[in-house]
Parts: sequence; structure tokens; C-alpha cells
Amino acid sequence: MERIPILRMGELLLVTIQVDMHDQLAMQLQEDLTVAIARHGAKGVLIDISSLEMVDSFIGRMISDISGMGRILDATTVVVGMQPAVAITLVELGLSLPGIATALNVERGMALLRKTV
Amino acid sequence: MASNGLIASVLKKRAKQLQIEWLRDLSATATAASRGRMGADELEQQALQFLQLLAAATEAKHADNLGAAQDKALREFLEALSRSRVQQGFSSAETAVFIFSFKRPLFQALRAEAGADADALASEIWAATELLDALGMHTVSAFQRAREELISRQQEEMLELSTPVVKLWDGILAVPMIGTLDSARTQVVMESLLQKIVETGSEIAIIDITGVPTVDTLVAQHLLKTVTALRLMGAECIISGIRPQIAQTIVHLGVDLQGVVTKANLADALAVALKRTGHTISR
Repeated sequence: MERIPILRMGELLLVTIQVDMHDQLAMQLQEDLTVAIARHGAKGVLIDISSLEMVDSFIGRMISDISGMGRILDATTVVVGMQPAVAITLVELGLSLPGIATALNVERGMALLRKTV
Repeated sequence: MASNGLIASVLKKRAKQLQIEWLRDLSATATAASRGRMGADELEQQALQFLQLLAAATEAKHADNLGAAQDKALREFLEALSRSRVQQGFSSAETAVFIFSFKRPLFQALRAEAGADADALASEIWAATELLDALGMHTVSAFQRAREELISRQQEEMLELSTPVVKLWDGILAVPMIGTLDSARTQVVMESLLQKIVETGSEIAIIDITGVPTVDTLVAQHLLKTVTALRLMGAECIISGIRPQIAQTIVHLGVDLQGVVTKANLADALAVALKRTGHTISR
């Protein structure tokens, strides 16, 4: 079964989504990421979704949920590189993802994380 | 049965005479304004071409007078004619007159040809009327279509023209909005702004609504959607150019603009943006 890799960089975790998300994969990522945060004691999570070109309400919810779970586990989550089409879709779906930190690209996301962690 | 035989033969035999009389009628009906838009040579050329095509069409299908009106070459000629008339700024009536003014010379020629046979003349005139009416209708509908194409093209161009995304500084974009905001325009603005954010890697976008005459709940909602989409991508948004009346309207409507940075003018917004990106201005 395919999985989305979770890379560890010191106190931070890096997740890059390079494939089309489907529901099963999203659930798996949620599971893996929460376990990884707890095991490594990560203080920050960076999720790069620049290759994600399509979202539905489920994936939108998942992004929001992961961020919430991270916060409970004391890890700041930053979502970076959202494509314009994805942003418009989420807004039209009414998912404005309040409380989630965002950045334009990985570099800026890292800078933001370093500042907050 | 109303055969087109007589019409076809008249068109062939009396071509020269018909042409002269028609041109005289055409120049008599032409107004001073329409003369200025189009030369007499061009009109004569078109009349001649129409006569030739009509003669060919009636001859080929003289068993069926409406069939002649379906002739492909003739229809295409009329469509091209309508299009050129649209471009020259003629009205639909002026365009239709081109076809309908041919009735008088044709009827006269038919009368001369039929002689004393009143029955034949009546049926021939009916056939000619049907034929020319069909052609006239086709011309008018082609004219209408060409006009509609023109309008929709202009609308698209306006949409593109009215929503430029400009770079104000390194990492700062601005969209000066002018005119009424509707869903279609906001969509275009949102898409081009988000695209530009990705291309330039800008962190701050300023939406200037100085040129927007009124803001209602729908417009406010569109603005909020744009702001949210920008935030999701990791950029910040400042709305500037809010006039006093608009501020009053927004509050009266109960629109919640909290969480959105708003400024009265573009200069203030730029100052905030420069500060956030770490630039300092000194004199």
C-alpha cells in the first residue's frame, strides 16, 4: 500500500504530498502523522501541498483536521504551496480553514515555523 | 404551381436594366450618413455580385423558389455583407433595405415580361416576394448574430482590461478595481491575482476599491472570498480605497470584515505592506 513519507528534520516534520490524494491515503496520513509527532516529540509540522491539484471537501477537512490534531499534540502546523485552483475550490466549498497557518512556499513556511517554535 | 422559371429568365435577360434601376433606388434610399460610411463603388460591387448569385441560384433550383433562398453561395454572401455592414456601423433596417429595395425593379421587370397574363404575374410576384423576404430575413438574422458576437467579444475584452494586477514593490501586488463588481469579474480578479502571487512569490496583495461605485452584501462576500483564498495560499491581503459612504454601507449591512486589514487609501496600504515586508522608507 502506498504511503505519504514523513521526513524528520530535527524538531520539525516535513510532509510533501506528491500524489493525488484519495480518501484512504488521507486517513493513513492522519494516522501516520499523529503517531510520528508523538514519537519524535515534534514541535512543528510543514505540509507541502504544491503538487496537489485537486481537492474535495473530504481532503479539505482532512487538512483542517491534521492541523487541529497537531495543535493538540503541541506541534504548529503550516500548510504551504497551495495552488490557486485549490484555494478557490476550498473557498467555494466554504472551508476557509480558520486558524491554520499558511505560507507561499517551503522556504517561507520553514522561516515561519522557526519563528514560532 | 408557382415556378421560378420566369424570375430566373428575367434575372438573366434583364440583368443590366435591373442593375441600373436597383442602383438608382439604392442611392435614393441611402441617407447622407450611410453614404459617408460606404463608397458608391462598393455598393455597386455588392449589388452586382448579389444579382449574379441570385441568377445562378434561381436558375439552378427554379422548380422551388424557397430552395433558391437556401443556396449556399448566396447565403454566405449575405452573411459576409451583414458582417461588413455591422463593422461599418449600419443599422439593421439600413442593411435590410439593401435586399428589400430590389423588389420594385424586379416586380417591374416581371410585369413587363408577363404582359397581359394577370394570373401568371400574380403568382410570379408572390414567388418573388417569398424569395426576397426569405433572403431579407436571413440578412437581418445574420446581422443580429454579427452584432451579438461583437458585443460578447467587447464584454470579454472589458473583463480582461478592467482587472490588471500590478507589482508595486518587491513582494507587493496591487489590483486597482474599477467599475461594478459582479461574480464573473470577481472570479477573474481572484484567478489572475492568485496566479500572479504564485508567479512572483509575493506575500502581500492590496485590493484597491476606489473605483468601485457601490458595495453591497454580494460584493463584500466576493471580496471576503478573495481574501480567504489569498490567506489559504499563504499571502496577506489589504483592502484599500474604502470611501466614507462605503464604510457606512458595510457597517449598516452588518458585513463582518474583521480579520481583514482595511485602509482608507492606497498610500496607507502601501506603507503597511512595506512595513510588513521589512522595508523602511527614509527621506
